Amino acid sequence: MPHIDLPAEYPGIRSLFVYRPETAEPLCHLAQVLLHDPHPTLSAGERELIASYVSNLNTCKFCTSTHSAIAKHQLGSELSLVKQVLADPENASISDKLKSLLKIAARVQSGGKNVLPEDVEAARKEGATDIEIHDTVLIAAAFCMYNRYVDGLATWQPDNEAFYDKMGEQRKREGYKPTSINFTLTQELQKS
Amino acid sequence: MAHIKLLNEELPGIVGLLNYRPETAKPLLELAETLLRGPSSLTSGEREIIAASVSYRNDCHFCHTSHAAAAAAHMGSGLDLIDEIKAGLPNTPVSDKLRALLDIAHQVQKGGKHVTETHITAARESGATDQEIHDAVLIAAAFCMFNRYVDGLGTWAPQANEAYKEMGQRMAFVGYGKS
Repeated sequence: MPHIDLPAEYPGIRSLFVYRPETAEPLCHLAQVLLHDPHPTLSAGERELIASYVSNLNTCKFCTSTHSAIAKHQLGSELSLVKQVLADPENASISDKLKSLLKIAARVQSGGKNVLPEDVEAARKEGATDIEIHDTVLIAAAFCMYNRYVDGLATWQPDNEAFYDKMGEQRKREGYKPTSINFTLTQELQKS
Repeated sequence: MAHIKLLNEELPGIVGLLNYRPETAKPLLELAETLLRGPSSLTSGEREIIAASVSYRNDCHFCHTSHAAAAAAHMGSGLDLIDEIKAGLPNTPVSDKLRALLDIAHQVQKGGKHVTETHITAARESGATDQEIHDAVLIAAAFCMFNRYVDGLGTWAPQANEAYKEMGQRMAFVGYGKS
């Protein structure tokens, strides 16, 4: 049960967005800019992979499941690829550059000062630019926030892969808006 | 020196990063402004103390000292507050409610799942509302982001407490992302 009186029909961070619209606004704006808006570098799918990888390290079920599903839809891949990246990035079918960025993301997850010059150097050798290193660090840092927010208030995090998949498809299509949640989805979820 | 080539290497801490990437600076500043200066039944001084205390526990000198200086500005106290926050506020008169919310924030710093029903009950018994508990959790979580951003890119920070006095006043009275 959530630690505070959240609207029961919404899962995870969505319940917090409905509870406190004032803070939902900048939190959604940040996710939109970091993950969804087009950038000259790092695709939306790669950005979502970093987000779900860090969420998994933080053991946040809601964020891991949601961003894994969005990554799947953004990459046009199977969920099995995303799961492989989470479990063993070194042997996953992703670029060496992305592998080196995931290493930096894992350092950030354990603490900012754990990122060492040699980690950054290794990413540069694989072709990562300063902007890519910057965005990786900030995405990893941002998920150390979102994950703590979702778990720190003990939000409802359903076990329902089909629900996360539909939400992933919706986020891919619509991006991150404070009010955007498919009501049919939540109704289906409650019945299941 | 920072891990990446910033546009202006004289700007310390997060300031250099905000200047480097305006696209992400905008929502980050909106978030700080809403969390620390927006409508809340917690005072801005109390919220800055939570931000500073979490930053200290994340070993982020720039965020700890600047937000403690902002708290001092809000509360009209001296810069001694910077070291007081490090020590757990032994000589500062603060409410039991703020102490209970700080306990929750310190759990969030370790990880979201560290917050238990016992911490929440203690905060409620000291008079904290649901929204105050919410805000304390989100401020603590947000500084787990800001701190990692600032240190993860290896930015530099002035050492002395006095170097943060004016910055703290601007953060308190002008705001975040305002000039």
